[in-house]
Amino acid sequence: MTPRFAVGSTVSVRHGNPPGHIRTPYYIRGKKGVVERICGEFRNPEELAYGRSGEPKQVLYRVRFAQKDLWPSYGGAGGDTVDIELYEHWLEP
Amino acid sequence: MDDNIRHAHDIPNAHAPRPDHDDTLTHHKMLEIAVRELLVEKGIVTADEVREAVERMDARGPHLGARIVAKAWTDPAFKARLLKDGTAGAEEAGVQMDQVTRLIVVENTPEVHNLVVCTLCSCYPRMVLGIPPDWYKSRAYRSRAVREPRNVLAEFGTHLPAKVTVRVHDSTADMRYLVLPMQPKGTEGFDEARLAALVTRDSMIGVTTL
Repeated sequence: MTPRFAVGSTVSVRHGNPPGHIRTPYYIRGKKGVVERICGEFRNPEELAYGRSGEPKQVLYRVRFAQKDLWPSYGGAGGDTVDIELYEHWLEP
Repeated sequence: MDDNIRHAHDIPNAHAPRPDHDDTLTHHKMLEIAVRELLVEKGIVTADEVREAVERMDARGPHLGARIVAKAWTDPAFKARLLKDGTAGAEEAGVQMDQVTRLIVVENTPEVHNLVVCTLCSCYPRMVLGIPPDWYKSRAYRSRAVREPRNVLAEFGTHLPAKVTVRVHDSTADMRYLVLPMQPKGTEGFDEARLAALVTRDSMIGVTTL
């Protein structure tokens, strides 16, 4: 599977609110970040959680977000970041 | 203080009776017992294999992570390989890793401080640090570590200047994280075993420095 997004590219996290076993925390949905690295392909945990195969595998990314973009009242330094693992189907250009 | 604690434990009934932890048979406890007993009854696993697996997991602990860190401090080529592929690096340091998750090692520098959390549950690099501390699984740590990491760090006694970037790693999926702390000053020339003894669990989670 060819990764849709390259390291260094800006991505948005989908603003979806689907039911089920979701590994995308609420606080990151709808936010913009930059791909830090591509972790490889993994079976989809949203499917695995219900005893299904988790296939096709999903590309897993680590995406870096600026703290000030996540929390408007962030009290730390401007350069502080959060890195999160996100599956490709949660990301948009 | 320490003497008092030791002393208190030497005297029977020196402290108030503590409640039992296993007095309530919850749904999930019952489920675990039922599935385990069924697996044993059907001959799929033996009781001794279950016991052995628990013992193996309980034997894991921060001494494994400390061994990896000490090796990275003394061997720059190993450190480079470790930062590139944490799982392969850990195995090279003699730590047996699992086949499910991958280890990412993040390096603290004078410019960057790393902190690990799992906001969704309690994902933790058990293969290299063993069982997580209770506070790591608490709602307070999980929510505050991403939202106000510098305040959380300060509560652990870690005060970082504003020029140091705080990089929080939210362990949400298949990766696990080990922080490579900075080597304390004055320990240059120590051998690996001596260095490993200096490395604490909390420094490898990133709530403190050495």
